[in-house]
Amino acid sequence: MKVLALILAGGQGTRLGVITNNLAKPAVPFGGKYRIIDFALSNCVNSNINMVGVVTQYMPHQLVEHLGIGKPWDLDIKDGGLYILSPFLSRSDKSWFKGTADAVYQNIEFIDKYNPDFILILSGDHVYKMDYNDIIDYHIERASDCTIACMEVPKSEASRFGIMVTDPFYKITEFQEKPKNPKGTLASLGIYVFNWNFLREKLIEDAQDPNSENDFGKNIIPKILNENKNMYAYNYEGYWRDVGTLTSYLECNQEILGPLPALDLHDKYWKIYTQSLELPPAYISNKAKINKSIVCEGSEVYGEVENSVIFQGVLIEENVKIKNSVIMNNVKICKNSTLENVIIGEKSIIGENVKIGIGEYKESKINPKVYNSNISVIGFETEIPNNFVIGKNCVIDNFFKKDEFKTLTLDSGEGLLKEV
Amino acid sequence: MKVLGLILSGSKHNNLEKLTKKRTSAAVPIFGKYRAIDFTLSNMVNSGINKVGVLTQYNPRSLMDHLGSGKEWNLDKKRGGLFILQPFLSVEEHIMHYRGTADAIHQNMTLLRRADEDFVLIGSGDHIYNIDYRKLYKHHIRNGADITLLTKNNDGEYDFKDYGQPIIKDNKVIDFKEKSENKVSDKIFLGVYFMNKALLMDLLYSSVPNGEYDLLSIILQNLKKLRVLSYDFQGYWKNIKKSLTEYYNINMDILNPKIKKELFFNQRKIYTKIKDYAPPKININANVSNSFIADGSIINGIIKNSIISRGVTIKAGTIIENSIILQDSIIEEGCIIKKVIMDKNTTIREGRVLESHNNEIIVVEKGSVL
Repeated sequence: MKVLALILAGGQGTRLGVITNNLAKPAVPFGGKYRIIDFALSNCVNSNINMVGVVTQYMPHQLVEHLGIGKPWDLDIKDGGLYILSPFLSRSDKSWFKGTADAVYQNIEFIDKYNPDFILILSGDHVYKMDYNDIIDYHIERASDCTIACMEVPKSEASRFGIMVTDPFYKITEFQEKPKNPKGTLASLGIYVFNWNFLREKLIEDAQDPNSENDFGKNIIPKILNENKNMYAYNYEGYWRDVGTLTSYLECNQEILGPLPALDLHDKYWKIYTQSLELPPAYISNKAKINKSIVCEGSEVYGEVENSVIFQGVLIEENVKIKNSVIMNNVKICKNSTLENVIIGEKSIIGENVKIGIGEYKESKINPKVYNSNISVIGFETEIPNNFVIGKNCVIDNFFKKDEFKTLTLDSGEGLLKEV
Repeated sequence: MKVLGLILSGSKHNNLEKLTKKRTSAAVPIFGKYRAIDFTLSNMVNSGINKVGVLTQYNPRSLMDHLGSGKEWNLDKKRGGLFILQPFLSVEEHIMHYRGTADAIHQNMTLLRRADEDFVLIGSGDHIYNIDYRKLYKHHIRNGADITLLTKNNDGEYDFKDYGQPIIKDNKVIDFKEKSENKVSDKIFLGVYFMNKALLMDLLYSSVPNGEYDLLSIILQNLKKLRVLSYDFQGYWKNIKKSLTEYYNINMDILNPKIKKELFFNQRKIYTKIKDYAPPKININANVSNSFIADGSIINGIIKNSIISRGVTIKAGTIIENSIILQDSIIEEGCIIKKVIMDKNTTIREGRVLESHNNEIIVVEKGSVL
């Protein structure tokens, strides 16, 4: 039985704001030392799936750099391994991947070469642990043509997902893509198992349909349903999160904290692998106070940290107070600064006496669809000058340098974005 | 310029007691995630050496396990790479051990003979320092040396009787006192040799078959004929196998930000075996101060002036002070641990008190459950 996993990693992740301005969503740093795609990749190798294609499109630079030849995941092997599938120009004049189905369709030749019995379609955007053998076994047992991993979600959240309606035996009878009035609460996790021959046929049919958006959720799944094929929902009960919004990103990072975390990264039997930096252990000085937090290697802490994730190589100087925040790699936070509900991108420098996350919440003047919580976001490689005061729900773009700031305050709901 | 690196990985004679019962001194864990050999190995790699032979013999298993294919030091190469040189039986050699440093290299002469490197750097696996050997090469070449010894000024920091003292006149080593009680020189010898490969081969061919098994004494016998120079290293340098107290103090030195900065910085990284542990987690009940915390550890207790290695679990209500806790150890609830070295995979049961008196250091042997 041959299984090929295809991770769709082209997602732009527009709802993460400036975080994904220069970065594909699967490459977004997560959990102190990981990137989001590490979860899908580690799940693959932990499930003994050693043939993995990663389909890239949007801003692939850092993603490709992170993946390399797949060494950290033991995917630098002779039989199988890691393949990065980038969009290409072909004779048929199709260039960029239109939808998720098109991304697979354009790689048919690659998949055919390996000729798997089953293909596992995954998304590089999700944080979860799953043994894919379970869903594949389920797929085989039911003689299913297509099996979709699903999870019960709260009714209020259901309209964000593709919703499955099933019969008592979990055979899918109806499907709604991001419905306004959801008929159920069984949401698709974007994890599909197909018999390759079957999917191959469907992809070719779909590609020839000029009205199709070439998307699994919008076209392929409804079509399979119309043909009354064997399509089953696999009800997953473990941990799974879509970290597509700033709120869910911050929350999900915090779900690894505490003595009984919802997402246990310390689990020895399901390790998450990543490209590690060479850094000495974290140093915590006698002036530091750390509470319910992760402080990664290479960091030095002289201030106070509470309920936060401190990535690698971060310097937190004396009298700094950090609460409910995510501080990415190689950030420097100078003394006497106070940060609450903040996400700070890699290599940024926060000056002395800076305050972030103070005052009342106000609706964003920048983009209320993206910035709609107490969280303030500081982009990558940005320098915040001394004594700067930043409110709630603010955003400062990537690569802002000290002398580009005209004032020393930013009210709640405001932001500074560079023109594109 | 091509240099072949050789690392002597420690003999049976060292003072680390329980810590080297099951491992050679080069494999002794240090600073939460490293092993002693990582420093010399990384120094070599960072100085452009890409062929390194490690001479092992005493308890090599954990060292071999650590080194693997040399991948972590970028030494899994087609051209060059890592060579593990262990004693073996052959038609010529009827003993299965190395009788000394010179004998060890002599028995592995093939590596030298086949190497296209012109120079050899011989280091030790027990030394903790971060050096750019390239400065040493330059010094060697510019001054037309036959052999260059790495030395350091001794302003009383090092005990004379533990180190060789080279006597230097006009920049040349003219005499050498080994393990003398008195100060005869301002310098100590750091056990690192740099020389032309052909010269080393000559010295070994002419001396080892005549029963001279120690490299240093072979060089000293030829001091008059050879131009032996010294190159002074200015920075932090320690030999980990001198004593248990020394081992303890070196570990604690890393809590000094100045020393940490000197040993660990971006330009010359110290590489080690990666273990894929999750980031360290400091929980609600924890209180950590002046400590080094490695990946994979879960902290619930009070930690003060300590080194916590990878994968250590410290449960609530436990107090740890001035201690070194090595990999994957577990300390249950309500323990008091003061000035203790806990080796790998040890467990301290609930409520135990391990407190050293008279400034002694307690060592908990690898794998034990107390």
